[in-house]
Amino acid sequence: MIEGIFVDGLIFAIMVLGILISFRIMDMADLTCDGSVATGAAAAAVCITHGTSIFVALVVAFFCGVLCGMTTAAIHNKLHIPGLLASILTMTMLYSINLRILGNKANLPLLRVKTLYTELPSFFSFLPEEYASLLGTLLVVLLIKGLFDLFFRCDIGIAIGAMGSNEQMVISQGMNPENLKLLGLGISNGLIALSGGLLAQYQGFADANLGQGMVVQGLAGIMLGEFLFSSNKIHLLTLRAIFGAIMYKALMFFGRKYGYLIHITPNDFKLLTGVLVIISLFVASTRSKASDNEARKKALARTAEHQQNNLNVEAK
Amino acid sequence: MLELSHVTKVFYPGTVNEKLAIEDLDLKVNDGDVICIIGSNGSGKTTLFNLISGTIPVTSGTITLNGRDITRMPEYKRAFTIGRIFQDPTKGTAASMSIEDNLITASTKGRKGLRISLTNEKREEFRELLKPIGLQDRLKDNVGLLSGGQRQALTLLMTVMSKPQMVLLDEHTAALDPRNAQTVMDLTTQYIQHYHLTAMMVTHNMQFAIDYGNRLIMMDEGQIVLDFAGVAKQQLSVEGLVKLFKNIKNKEFSNDEGLLTTD
Repeated sequence: MIEGIFVDGLIFAIMVLGILISFRIMDMADLTCDGSVATGAAAAAVCITHGTSIFVALVVAFFCGVLCGMTTAAIHNKLHIPGLLASILTMTMLYSINLRILGNKANLPLLRVKTLYTELPSFFSFLPEEYASLLGTLLVVLLIKGLFDLFFRCDIGIAIGAMGSNEQMVISQGMNPENLKLLGLGISNGLIALSGGLLAQYQGFADANLGQGMVVQGLAGIMLGEFLFSSNKIHLLTLRAIFGAIMYKALMFFGRKYGYLIHITPNDFKLLTGVLVIISLFVASTRSKASDNEARKKALARTAEHQQNNLNVEAK
Repeated sequence: MLELSHVTKVFYPGTVNEKLAIEDLDLKVNDGDVICIIGSNGSGKTTLFNLISGTIPVTSGTITLNGRDITRMPEYKRAFTIGRIFQDPTKGTAASMSIEDNLITASTKGRKGLRISLTNEKREEFRELLKPIGLQDRLKDNVGLLSGGQRQALTLLMTVMSKPQMVLLDEHTAALDPRNAQTVMDLTTQYIQHYHLTAMMVTHNMQFAIDYGNRLIMMDEGQIVLDFAGVAKQQLSVEGLVKLFKNIKNKEFSNDEGLLTTD
């Protein structure tokens, strides 16, 4: 069962990496995610049931996500409305589009077709079935993390980060922030849709309601990761986001498994995720208060020491 | 090199708040000019800079740069030729990124691709450049950790690194203490001379405006009311300027006088 958590967590981690781009690196509240994850799942599922290869299905899912993100960015750029509102528009429109992609059905089962998770056991035949799935997913995540880190160390990646920190500076340095937003949100939602495409194959169906509440879950993952360590280096930021994603899925797993003992049902999970985010924010703020207090105590101690020294000098 | 002709800017046109910020302004900036701009608050200095750099569009009139009409060119494209430094030290740098990341953004101005330009060679180069401002050992530190003076010095360095032909300095030392202001001002002078930059600088200090640069412009109510260059500028005094301004306005302006410092 434990491998299940990790596979689930790793697939979720790809989405968390996408959310990391919009919420943390670009400092934009992008809710497109709730729609694009389902778009990715639907696109991949339709491709697979129509007999394309798994790789092509995932590439299609990725680019569908890129389109979703770019739509949000374009609305935000051209109509000068906040990213939050632009993304809510896209998200809402995507719900209908996802139903269309699924052929006007709410879900599409992936039974009796080859998916990544039916193929992996034969690919890694030296491993037990569950571990083959885990290894395959891990390799995909590591590949994405590697490319992600490289991208955000190259010139254009750094420019996207600079825009998140100070848009005026990016303009002053001769770059069009509109293009950077198109690119950033495109990649962000591409990863989210890719995660959706993998999830559909793992759970064996694509569902139009898959995306509900995904942003908040992703944020919970990011915040859990941020408790682990602090850094400004991109490869550590992505690493802790991946750990955070797995931690979140583990929490949810144990919630499902032992929650009945305290009368928690899966219906309560959205509430609990929200509470988890609130607790994370609360702990983060108390942490900074605690370090403020510590600094104050040290300062007071120093003042007392100075006074003591002065008294000593006077006494002499 | 830069020419503004009949430039007018109206804010909130058609509303009760309609305000004429710049009115039929003509200005010709020659290559190598170092211009000090003075004027009380609300006289349109910052609006003028916003129009030149393209932050806000003009209502009417044209702006040409090196003979090319740039009236409708977006701000980020003008930024290749026109560098700008704000009064607020936080505006020119990205606080949550390291010094080296900030510098690499400036040194690869505009040309963004999938290349990783930040190599050890570049780092060495940055260390040399940072020596005059004493930040050579802090490449990996976040810019947010620096003081206002250090940030403004870094902004100046980044602006110069990206090789503009012209810089707009909007009271860029006003938020700093006298010593840091002096350091940043010395650096400014050094860079302007070394890179033969054309500069326009807003200041509230009349004596400084008289001493510095080769040209002095006074603005009032969205117009240029005084423009001195060369010998005429050298002969100016603070009292003379105040007198001239009074004559132009043809009224006592004891209230406005308080807004300009003489020392």
